[in-house]
Amino acid sequence: MFRKIENPKDLVTIVVDGRELEVDATASVAAALLGAGMATVRRSVVTDQPRGPYCLMGICFECLVTIDGVQNRQACMVPVRDGMTISSQRGARTTQGGGR
Amino acid sequence: MTLTIIRNADDLSARYDIAIVGAGPAGMAAATECARLGLAVVVFDENAEAGGQIYRAIERNTRAGRPYLGSDYGRGAGLWAAFCATAASHVPSAAVWSLEQQGEGAAALAELRVSVAGRSRIVLARRVVLATGATERPMPVRGWTLPGVMSVGAAQIALKASALLPEGPVVLTGSGPLLYLYADQVLAAGGTIDAILETTPRRNWLRAAPHVFSFLASPYAWKGLGLMLRVRRAVRVFRAVTALEITGKDRADGVTFMAGGKTVSLPARSVFLHQGVIPHANLANAAGCALAWNDRQKCFAPVVDGEGRSTRPAIFIAGDGNGIAGAVVAEFDGRIAGIAAGLEVLGAGSSEASRRFVRLRKRALRGRAFIDLAYQPALSFRAPAAGDVVACRCEEVSVGAIREAAALGVAGPNQLKTMLRCGMGPCQGRMCAATVTELLADAQQRHPADVGTYRLRPPIKPVPLCEIAALPHTSEAVYAVTGGHSGH
Amino acid sequence: MRTLPDQEIVVVGGGLVGAAVAWGLARKGLAPLVLDGEDLSHRASRANFALVWVQGKGVGAPHYARWTIAAARRWPSFAADLLETSGIDVGLRQRGGFTFALAGSEMAMWTEEVGCVAEALGEDAPDHAVLDHAETARMVPAIGRDVVGAIYSPLDGDVNSLRLFRALHVGMLNLGAAYRPHSDVTEIVPKAGGFLLTGAWGEVLAGRVVLAAGNGNTRLAPMVGLSAPTLQSKGQILVTEKCAPFFPYTSTTLRQTDEGGVMIGDSQEADTSSIATDQDISSVLASRAVRTFPQLAAVNVLRSWSGFRVKTPDGLPIYECSSTHPGACLVMCHSGVTLAPNHAELVADAIVSRDTTLAGGLFPGGRFHVPQD
Repeated sequence: MFRKIENPKDLVTIVVDGRELEVDATASVAAALLGAGMATVRRSVVTDQPRGPYCLMGICFECLVTIDGVQNRQACMVPVRDGMTISSQRGARTTQGGGR
Repeated sequence: MTLTIIRNADDLSARYDIAIVGAGPAGMAAATECARLGLAVVVFDENAEAGGQIYRAIERNTRAGRPYLGSDYGRGAGLWAAFCATAASHVPSAAVWSLEQQGEGAAALAELRVSVAGRSRIVLARRVVLATGATERPMPVRGWTLPGVMSVGAAQIALKASALLPEGPVVLTGSGPLLYLYADQVLAAGGTIDAILETTPRRNWLRAAPHVFSFLASPYAWKGLGLMLRVRRAVRVFRAVTALEITGKDRADGVTFMAGGKTVSLPARSVFLHQGVIPHANLANAAGCALAWNDRQKCFAPVVDGEGRSTRPAIFIAGDGNGIAGAVVAEFDGRIAGIAAGLEVLGAGSSEASRRFVRLRKRALRGRAFIDLAYQPALSFRAPAAGDVVACRCEEVSVGAIREAAALGVAGPNQLKTMLRCGMGPCQGRMCAATVTELLADAQQRHPADVGTYRLRPPIKPVPLCEIAALPHTSEAVYAVTGGHSGH
Repeated sequence: MRTLPDQEIVVVGGGLVGAAVAWGLARKGLAPLVLDGEDLSHRASRANFALVWVQGKGVGAPHYARWTIAAARRWPSFAADLLETSGIDVGLRQRGGFTFALAGSEMAMWTEEVGCVAEALGEDAPDHAVLDHAETARMVPAIGRDVVGAIYSPLDGDVNSLRLFRALHVGMLNLGAAYRPHSDVTEIVPKAGGFLLTGAWGEVLAGRVVLAAGNGNTRLAPMVGLSAPTLQSKGQILVTEKCAPFFPYTSTTLRQTDEGGVMIGDSQEADTSSIATDQDISSVLASRAVRTFPQLAAVNVLRSWSGFRVKTPDGLPIYECSSTHPGACLVMCHSGVTLAPNHAELVADAIVSRDTTLAGGLFPGGRFHVPQD
């Protein structure tokens, strides 16, 4: 849904649903996913509909993903880090694991 | 002097003279003025970088590097530089999730609970300045939850913070100057906008007309007209659009709407919605600050006096968070509130500098009434008729369900929550509160001011149980939970 | 001032108690008008914990224990009737409930309470088991080390209280009741063999009146020769984001709703009239929740919530018809969820048949009168 118009100065590697991606080191997780062509990051809790980032400013809670094992994090509010592992979510979170 | 950056809860002091929430124009300006008064100032901001949304990524963007962002964006650089030169503390990626006032009057204290890097702390401040800015007014249309649909503000954040241009076909729709500003930036950066669908009702211009002279005297006018002409030369624009819906199964693939008496369908992979901004007042609301309905801006805003004092004496509110007026006004508003809060801490009187900022703010407010009225979103987009449109995106509550509850006689937005779970999800009503007020008002033929809005409670951002649990347990609180039992 | 058409019977209060009574009256063919307050009126119905709870209730008051047990046994058929009249499934689950103890002293207190009730009720007592940590963990493996034990009772359960509220409202309207919000009643005056009810909204003449206004009854009851004393008691709860199911039972301090959210309670403050939540209390509630279920540590809290209990001096309900003002009666209690079937069926039926002895006459408001010298 987006393309980059600059070549980022620094890149980091993140793993998204098992796939390695080289992304701009200054990006938020949401921006990195959008830049990589991922418009959908989860399926909704109540009716299992596809959802993706909507506001990119921490308001809408549509971009909830699991980051380094912590569920329901706002992808738009978390900067990427080298080696970060991100997974998309489906339905409600589990209560297993995921301590920050 | 330089700004101290705090990235760990442990590095926070237990007490500051002034705590500021938000590091956009109002927050940075307030911090700068308070620091100038020699006070101990802390600025909490949810974002990883200062600047707020308007000056997003101001720490990294240079005029030469990203010229397409325009000259108004450049104003943020000076503001940020001044903020950096203060002795204040800036806490990025910090979520203030509770604000309570202790005591009353001049002796009142603000108690903030803030989450930083996975841990929460209690911070006390003599005065707090909320500079929490604005959020985009929700624009509930059929299909707006589909991936591929974002707000225009979000698309602009992607451009400012990450140099991302939308891929087509790209459709912008809604009402307000941001549609054209963003389109102009995209075009300047070498991107394409395929269509702009303006939903602004035609009769708005008649209602705004009495304010046109004040508008023409404002800096918005000529800049805005030039920008609009540039965009209109390059982009297909449909005016007075109604019956808009976004189509697609698992992602957006098109838009369908009425314009000029005809139904039009266009392909679209990126659809960006916007119908103005409203105060982001969740923290003020949860702190018990009174709100009032602004009928020109069609939103609730905290009640403040000319210096930003809310109805809670320890809490000041500055910038768009107390009513929408844009970045320049927000900056002066922040300076005025910062000085007023700082003088209260010092027990000092009035300030000449503040009077000057009041004059500058007044000048910067010129043209605002025209913009508010000219771009006031249509009722059909604030309170949609179509029953299947999602109003509460978290709990997935439809417009139809809300209208049915309204017909049962539900007393207001808070009873509606009980009925439908509307507003009970993780966004805590940010994405549906404005819609709910207007839907109930429309369905029950009441004034939005009487309908009211959600009464919010901490935490105003989700916080893990373990962080809350790790805060001090007062003996009164322990007694209230374990000692007060008399049966269940 | 606007005057509504004269009414045969008016229910003052549209919370769980008022709506249950109105639902019951309407089901028996009456057409009650429910007068309700504002969006932000103090509403215990919005802050309840949604338990259908028997365990430990009625210490020193076996008549209350029996009344509660009767309600719990009525719940399955009542839930079916609600579904039929409203189309809404209230999510009744009577799979058993726990009272978790995090200290030996708590365990001793709960054990004594259920023991007292069991002794007083004899054969009628509901089943219960006193479990140590290992026995509790066998039933609920997720409990933390700090749980020293629990009381378990198979009759306990819960409902989705939000859907219960909606089902009562939709159901009562479908059955012929009428509902009118923004109609706080400030004055009740006997008039023309009935009652004139007045508020800022106007006035209405009612043949009969049922007071179901929660703590508001304290002010209204004396206007019709009744008494409804209450004590201040504020409770607070935390609510989390939705989680996959992890706890199939229910408990007094922590339950998972059928939508997935976890409710964590509760507290009692007797010295405040502020409806705002207290974040110091949130810390203690959160801590106890994590000690009870350590796997909840990373689960996000979405809000805190508080409400004022409808608490009489002895904590028991008041059901009474006025002897000085025939046609006026009072229905109030703390446990509006548990007792809903009794209110909708037994109490409402008595009112319909003009039986002035509500709930066997065992819960009069006059019991709090201090004898005058």
